[in-house]
Amino acid sequence: MERTGMTLAEKLLAAKLGRPVAAGELVEVPVDLVMGNDITAPVAIRAFEAAGATRVFDPDRVALVASHFVPARDVSSANQTSTMRRFALAHHIRHYYPEGSGGIEHTLLPERGIVVSGDIVVGADSHTCTYGALGAFATGVGSTDLAYAMATGRTWFKVPETTSFVYHGQRQPWVTGKDLILHTIHLIGDDGALYQSMEFSGHAIGELSMEDRLTMANMAIEAGGKVGLVTPDAVTEAYERGRALRPPRFLAPDPNARYLAAIDVDVSRLEPQVAFPWLPSKTRPLSEVGDVPLDQVFIGSCTNGRLTDLRIAARLLQGRRVAPNLRLVVIPATQDVYLKAVQEGLVEVFVQAGAMVSAATCGPCLGGHTGVLGAGERCLSTSNRNYVGRMGDPTAEVYLASPAVAAASAVTGRITHPAAILGEEVA
Amino acid sequence: MARACIAWKYGDNVDTDVIIPARYLVTGDPKELGPHCLEGLDPTFPAGHQPGDIIVGGKNFGCGSSREHAPLAIKGAGVPCVIAASFARIFFRNAINIGLPVYESPDAAAGIGMGDEIAVDARAGTIVNRTRGEQYAIRPLPPFMQELLDAGGLMARLKRELAQERAAEGGNP
Ligand code: SF4
Repeated sequence: MERTGMTLAEKLLAAKLGRPVAAGELVEVPVDLVMGNDITAPVAIRAFEAAGATRVFDPDRVALVASHFVPARDVSSANQTSTMRRFALAHHIRHYYPEGSGGIEHTLLPERGIVVSGDIVVGADSHTCTYGALGAFATGVGSTDLAYAMATGRTWFKVPETTSFVYHGQRQPWVTGKDLILHTIHLIGDDGALYQSMEFSGHAIGELSMEDRLTMANMAIEAGGKVGLVTPDAVTEAYERGRALRPPRFLAPDPNARYLAAIDVDVSRLEPQVAFPWLPSKTRPLSEVGDVPLDQVFIGSCTNGRLTDLRIAARLLQGRRVAPNLRLVVIPATQDVYLKAVQEGLVEVFVQAGAMVSAATCGPCLGGHTGVLGAGERCLSTSNRNYVGRMGDPTAEVYLASPAVAAASAVTGRITHPAAILGEEVA
Repeated sequence: MARACIAWKYGDNVDTDVIIPARYLVTGDPKELGPHCLEGLDPTFPAGHQPGDIIVGGKNFGCGSSREHAPLAIKGAGVPCVIAASFARIFFRNAINIGLPVYESPDAAAGIGMGDEIAVDARAGTIVNRTRGEQYAIRPLPPFMQELLDAGGLMARLKRELAQERAAEGGNP
């Protein structure tokens, strides 16, 4: 009998273990990188120390990133970041990024080449799945898993089943990776890929920039996915060149791999998408959104706070003003993005349009600070979650969309197609 | 004999943001988190529940952020276990890791109503609904995870491993 081949998720785990694996198997694997942030690391550090661990498995393979409450919002959050600082300095953690030096972990780690193709990564943050865009098996865990992995350099996984998502056709203008993933979550539901690997492929993925792929993999968790993977190609290679701190390892699924399901998506007729409160799956095409007036627009987060996102937003905001009585908050996802946005004049465009721009942080994405929503307020956000209370008061409404839709909507004060404000014909 | 407890029944996709909103994530102490448990979903829960009461959810319980603060808050609120039709994977993993039992049972999730008196017998793998006179099966945990839970969670395992390591180093200086 012919052996069935392996999916990309299986290949990645098999390569690390040096033997074939199959979905459903429980495996214990060495990790290439472990990551924690200012919310999750302090809990892990306490567990690590309480268990009597005295050293991390490899100080070069631990990343600790201050990202969420940056700079500290109050005394408690200041104490959390200082717990992380004390630990990072004591253990000589190589990839320690205190406030002002890094940014949001999921944008920072690929940007600086700290995570590379072929890696096995556990991060104490659910959006660790972002690195799957590089073809890395990267998934979110909790603080206790982080503590265990920091101490031992190992973690355990159930090898996931895989659903294959194949995207065909040519995207319409203004349709981005964000729209593809929102549409996908709409198709399969908020738990449509529970415990699974989502393998993204097809012509339309090949055409996407690495930034757009990172946005897609970022939101695999919003469909319940364990990982969201793209097979490395020339785009991946070009992105990692001059950036990767370790040699990447490019793996591909076998042609005879076994998938739980294969879903075909024709992107050629897809419009920009908007997720309605209070689930990422409650997505509608822009033409069916209706009249939704807004109190706030947020452009940023690990989903859409990269330089390419800010460039699109600036292009739409150039020479225009934010609608009266609307707040526009723009937060570059990393300090590197921030600096480039200053150098390219994007920040000037934002401020002249009436936006507030701040240093790299998660901020309003999790209702932490720098743009928290009050009762009954409506916000369009480029982030990834619109659950009840996510950005502030439980009665506040959050809509999710791409940076282009966000910028256009900031100008008109209601959810708007970017083509409309440029006077282009709306497709 | 398992003690009877009151069920607090909720729907599908109970996410970690409503279990414990991010504004409380400035501490990792279950005692401080517990009083805010579920306040975003059901403001009557924090003051209205008794220690020992059980949370029952639908599909995809614990979806959203990886915050371990969610199972910690549930533990801190004195809730001994969670029953749901299915769990989001990070929540599931976190719960086992910190020693909070989580029981998957689509039948229980469908049958149990708000305020029902239920009793969980983990050893027998059953949940008894005294209010409705029904009984439901619990989907057994994979043996690896059951062992982890029985051992007191992942940190108990780490402690053991570190002790073994030290013993090995001590014996071979
Ligand atoms: S930007 Fe939002 S989703 Fe991303 S890591 Fe920060 S809080 Fe989480």
